[in-house]
Amino acid sequence: MKLSYYPGCSLQGTARDYDQSVRGVCGMLGIELVEIPDWNCCGASSAHMTSHEVGIRLPLRNLLIAADLGLDILVPCAACFQRLKAAEKALQADPEHWDIDGDRPSVRIIHISELLSSPGIDKTIRQQVQQGLGGLKIGCYYGCLSLRNPKITDVVNYEQPDKLERIVSAIGARPIRWSHRTECCSGSLTMARPDIARKLVADIVEAAVRGGADALVTDCPMCQANVEGRQLDLSGGPKVPVFFITELISAALTGDYPARQKKLHLVEAGVLSTAMLEQQRSREETV
Amino acid sequence: MSTDTISPEQGNRRFLAKLEERGVDVHACYQCGRCSSGCPVTEFFDVTTMEVVRLAAYGMEEMLLCTKAIWLCAACETCATRCPNDIDSAVLMDVLRELALRKGVEPAEPRVSAFHRSFLGSIEHWGRAYEVGLIVGYKMRSRDFTGDMNLGVKMFSKGKLSLMPHSISGKAEVRAIFSGKGKEYER
Repeated sequence: MKLSYYPGCSLQGTARDYDQSVRGVCGMLGIELVEIPDWNCCGASSAHMTSHEVGIRLPLRNLLIAADLGLDILVPCAACFQRLKAAEKALQADPEHWDIDGDRPSVRIIHISELLSSPGIDKTIRQQVQQGLGGLKIGCYYGCLSLRNPKITDVVNYEQPDKLERIVSAIGARPIRWSHRTECCSGSLTMARPDIARKLVADIVEAAVRGGADALVTDCPMCQANVEGRQLDLSGGPKVPVFFITELISAALTGDYPARQKKLHLVEAGVLSTAMLEQQRSREETV
Repeated sequence: MSTDTISPEQGNRRFLAKLEERGVDVHACYQCGRCSSGCPVTEFFDVTTMEVVRLAAYGMEEMLLCTKAIWLCAACETCATRCPNDIDSAVLMDVLRELALRKGVEPAEPRVSAFHRSFLGSIEHWGRAYEVGLIVGYKMRSRDFTGDMNLGVKMFSKGKLSLMPHSISGKAEVRAIFSGKGKEYER
């Protein structure tokens, strides 16, 4: 399988390790990625929140470059995914308004969890697991933009998504049932109104702990940075690390969770290595 | 909020036409409150999303442009997703914010507006978001020099903040997008 790849700005900055694990996991699964040449920022929330024209034209430029490659686009960031989809919808609705002639080849925009939970890939992941995650209890945290608005994302189960749960099960962890899977963490407000972000993150973490989660997993770089980062401001109460979905898959497929990766977390993330170690011990005992 | 009588007769027809163009049918609202009950930031709003929709249906543009709500909306799209009458209240918030900026209305949440300007400024300049540059830009604009120092230092020490911007070749194309050309501006 060959896909074009839109990493987006977060994956060159705060979420550089997400980029590395996406490329690593795709490599192990035989998925070839071709980075979209000279891609620009999608504008994220700030662009569409303040200018419709800029909010569509920024992602549109990337979409047109990708269309020239003629490959479906893989997008690991939820915000980039939603903005590229928004540009696609705007273009379909009124190509003339956006100064585009109608006969562009259409390419699909695919969010990372959609790819990794698809039946064929899911099976390959199960076959390639070197070291299961020992039943680690995981709260799958989707946040907003890979799901909403479904008119933009084309997601069917936007209130009851199950893609992350399916992936997490495939690598030997245990997805828990909990209440805040699709709640907003207010990533777009976190710098200007940290007080609001603190409140929303506290609610999410409390709900995850109530549901019995040892850790959260997400497929959104803003959620990962915000939900871990704002926990530093919270006094008392247990904290939960937030892993990237490809970080967990990489650990399961290589059988190794490197210490340098663990150190990148702002919240103590030892639960993963511990669960993998226990799994290994119990396997050795049965042998 | 003023207690003056609000009536649809005073409504701003131009504003309502703009909403119609963007596919936001505010007249369909029967005030069930699902938008506000699902809104994660409603407790920080001065008017609820449901009130924003009704005020919009009355064409009360000027009043809405001065609210905190339009700046505190996190664009999570829960309201629009759950509306049983398919009213795109998230797009309504986008339209209101854009109008406030274009009409030079002082943002009721200046720090949020400063963040957006800093973020977009970095894209306009480099073609991609440059986190360190946007943080510095935001600190200058908002005069919030001490907030999140610990977090920033921690992120930096973990190598999560890149000191160098990522620049693209197509910067001229990106700047053209920001230059104000385009049909939306003629509306």
